[in-house]
Amino acid sequence: MRRVLLALAFALVAASVGAAVDPLPFKDRAEEVRFQNLTKQLRCLVCQNESLNDSSAPLAADLRRDVFEQMRAGKSDAEIKQWLTARYSDFVLYDPPLRGGTFLLWFGPLLVLGAGAVVVALNVRRRARNAATAQPATRPASTDVEEDW
Amino acid sequence: MNARLLPLAGFLLVLALLGFGIWWSGTHDLREVPSPLIGKPAPTFSLPLLDDPSKSLGSKELAGKPYLLNVFASWCVACRDEHPILMREGKRLGIRLVGFNYKDPADDARRWLAQYGDPYDDIVADLPGDVAIDFGVTGAPETFLVDADGIVRYKYISPITPQVIATELLPRIAKLQQGAK
Repeated sequence: MRRVLLALAFALVAASVGAAVDPLPFKDRAEEVRFQNLTKQLRCLVCQNESLNDSSAPLAADLRRDVFEQMRAGKSDAEIKQWLTARYSDFVLYDPPLRGGTFLLWFGPLLVLGAGAVVVALNVRRRARNAATAQPATRPASTDVEEDW
Repeated sequence: MNARLLPLAGFLLVLALLGFGIWWSGTHDLREVPSPLIGKPAPTFSLPLLDDPSKSLGSKELAGKPYLLNVFASWCVACRDEHPILMREGKRLGIRLVGFNYKDPADDARRWLAQYGDPYDDIVADLPGDVAIDFGVTGAPETFLVDADGIVRYKYISPITPQVIATELLPRIAKLQQGAK
């Protein structure tokens, strides 16, 4: 009885996994890997938190078919991405290209890190100066720490 | 400045950023895919008419006058909200209203139009959805305003409301008609 149930559960899981993926006639493993890598970098326009590779939306299936056909037609990954962005803008790419409008997106974290570094450097310097001037201090230096913050 | 206030200033800065983020997401639809087609020629297409698949209509026939392309489907729930507004205000727009039946079996589309009415001047059918991809359609309803030269001037995603007609569509259409004269 238990074995039958187990088999049934496996069959159900297998069926639901199969439903989300439309089989494409890849000629070899390399082509399939290239297709999977490419579609993982592309955003499904319907369910935007899913990649084109994962999504079971009808539009995603259409776009997967288009990507596959273009791969077969000998287009490079860059050309396929360009074809998609001409229709759906950079939105379709999970990795936004570097240009004027995306400058802050790419370098914003670096700017924040830089600002933090400046603050830390200034603090360290000031403390070093304070410590130097207060050389013959009678109390231990550790009590200064609280005052600084 | 007192160094003690520095962390507070940092905290206020983060708070301001958070507030800006909340404001921004309230006034903008973050899911909306911007159309790269605006200001560019609409894709060339030729599609069968819904009523008579032996005839076709496309960018060639539509050229010369501005038109409004409205993507709809019988499976699209939001289109049912939009439909009465098109029925009521469609004629008032003073522009050729082309229905774009998207990935919809013809029988379903005809039944839907028989039930709710047909506001369109022409209806083209894109069952496989290929032309829709050229237009960058992500769903229905979506509406494109194309000028006499075939340039996409405006795109609206989600159901058209009377307010959108008054504030977005009518001024743009008036401008296009003026330019044509």
